[in-house]
Amino acid sequence: MEVLTLSQVSKSFGTKKVVEDLNLNLEEHKIFGFVGQNGAGKTTTMKMILGLLRPDRGEIFVNGQKVCFGQTGTSQSIGYLPDVPEFYGFMTPREYLELCGKMAGMPVEKRRDKVEELLHLVGLFDSNKRIQGFSRGMKQRLGIAQALLGDPVLLLCDEPTSALDPLGRKEILDILSDVKKHTTVLFSTHILSDVERICDEIAFLHKGRIALQGTIEEVKGMGKNKGSEIEVEFYQEQEADEFSAYFSRGRKKQERVLHFENQEKQNMFKMMQYLTEHQVAVQRMEVSEPTLEDLFLEVIGK
Amino acid sequence: MRQVTALIGKEFLALKRTGKLWIFIILFFLFGIMNPAVAKLTPWMMEMMAESFSETGLVVESVEVSALTSWMQFYKNIPIALIVFLLLFSSILTEEYQKGTLIQMVTKGAKRWKMIGAKYMTMAVFWTFGYLVMFAVTYGYNEYFWDNSTVSHVVLSAMGCYITGMWLISLIIFWSAVFSTSSFVLLAAGGVFFLCYLAGMIPELHSYLPLYLMETSDLLIKGGKFSEYVPSLLLTAGWSVVNLAGSVFCFNRKRL
Repeated sequence: MEVLTLSQVSKSFGTKKVVEDLNLNLEEHKIFGFVGQNGAGKTTTMKMILGLLRPDRGEIFVNGQKVCFGQTGTSQSIGYLPDVPEFYGFMTPREYLELCGKMAGMPVEKRRDKVEELLHLVGLFDSNKRIQGFSRGMKQRLGIAQALLGDPVLLLCDEPTSALDPLGRKEILDILSDVKKHTTVLFSTHILSDVERICDEIAFLHKGRIALQGTIEEVKGMGKNKGSEIEVEFYQEQEADEFSAYFSRGRKKQERVLHFENQEKQNMFKMMQYLTEHQVAVQRMEVSEPTLEDLFLEVIGK
Repeated sequence: MRQVTALIGKEFLALKRTGKLWIFIILFFLFGIMNPAVAKLTPWMMEMMAESFSETGLVVESVEVSALTSWMQFYKNIPIALIVFLLLFSSILTEEYQKGTLIQMVTKGAKRWKMIGAKYMTMAVFWTFGYLVMFAVTYGYNEYFWDNSTVSHVVLSAMGCYITGMWLISLIIFWSAVFSTSSFVLLAAGGVFFLCYLAGMIPELHSYLPLYLMETSDLLIKGGKFSEYVPSLLLTAGWSVVNLAGSVFCFNRKRL
C-alpha cells in the first residue's frame, strides 16, 4: 500500500525554482533515503508534505488523503523530526511529550503509556532534567520520540544525523531501523554511508528534480552498467610496463600499479588470460564498483 | 478545549520557570503599594522641602491628603505598568517563530486558532490578575489610611484603563500574527496607539476612541456618568474582536 504519493509537485521562492515536477511513491514499512546537496529541495519537499508550505503545482497524498496547506488533517498521520528540533527548554522530556500527546488529542491512559514507551525507546526514561540542558544527540532522540507519539503512518526525518558524533549517529540509525516495523520512514540526508546502512530505497534529488531513484541494489546496479574499475599491482615494474603495452588503456598509478577505468567484465578475463599465458604472478588484482558517493557526484556533475 | 487548556498551561509553566511570573507579581504589588505610600509621604516631603521653597518665595502650608490623592497616583502609574506588561509579553509569539517551536505543535495537530486564542487568554488572564492585585492593594491601604467612600465611582473608573489594556493586548496579538520580530510588533502597536492619540485631538472624535477610556479617572474628581464612556467602550470592544479575528486570519496563512 502506498503511504505517500507526490504527483508533479513544484515550488518556487520568488524566481528560484526549488522543487520541479517531483514525483514520488512510498510504500509502507520501508525506509526511503532522500539524498541531495544542501539547497536541493529536501526540506521544502518535507514541509509541503506536512502542509506547512503550499505547493505551486501538483498534489500530495498521505495515506490516500490529500494534503491541504495549513490544515492539520493529514499532518496527524505524519511524524516530523526537523533538522534542528527545538523544544520548550523549560520542560522535562516527559512534560514535553505529554503536551504533544494532548495536541494530538490522545486519551489520557494511552498517552501516558505511549510517553513511557517512547522514553524507553529513545533512552531518555531516567532523564528528569529540563530540555535546555540536553546535548544535540539527546534532542534528536527526543525529537524522534515526539515524532512517533501519535503512531504515525509516515515518519519524516530531515537530516537527523548531520550534526551528530559517530555514537549519536549510530543511536539514531538504530532507532530508525527499529521503527520500520511500525511505520514508513522518509529520511533526508547527505551522508551516504547512513543511506547504505538503513535505507531500502533511495532517490537522489538534484536542483529540485529526482535524478536517480530505486532500491539500493538497483541504484548501485545503474553504476555497474557504466563499467568497473580494475587495479593490478605487479611484483616488478618491468612486468607492469609489458602489461601496460599490451592493454593500452591502463594508467600507471604507481611504479608497479596499473589502473584501468570503465572496464567490462570481458576485459578482466582477457587480463587474467594474459597473466596465465605469460606466467606473471601479481600481488593484487582488484575490481572496484562505483560507490553511492561516485554516483552522487556524477549526478550533481562534480 | 483540551488543546487550549494544555497550551495555556504551557504558557503558565514557561512564565513560572523562567521567573517572569515572580517579576510580574512583585512589580504589580509594588505598583499597588506605591500609590498610598506616595500619598501618605506627600505631607512629609512637602515639609522637608518647605525651607527650600521659602527661599524662592513659595510658602507651603499644611497639605491634606485623602483617598483621592492615592487614587490619582494609581492612574498616573497605570500607563507605566501597562508598558512594562506589554514589553514583557511582546515576544509571546515571535520568540516561538524564531525558535521554531510552533512547528512541532502544528504537526502534532494543534489548531492554529486555538494557539492564537491560548496566547491571548494567557495575556488577558495575567493583565486581569495584575490589575486586580494593583487595584486591591491600593484599595486596601486607602481603606486603612483614609476612606474609600469619600470617592465616587472607584470600581467603574478603574474599568476604563483595564479595558484599554485588553485592547492593547489584542493589538499585540494581531501584530504578532503579522510580523515575526517583537520589535516590529511593538512598533506597530505603538504606532496605532500614537495615531489614536493624534486622532483624539479632533474634538468630534475624542470621546469615541479607545484612549478616552483612560480618562475614566475623571469620574473620581468631576463625578459624571459612566454612560459618557459607553460609545468609546463599544468601539474598543469591537476593535478588539476585529483584532483577534484578523490575527486568526493572518496566523492561518503564516509560514512557521
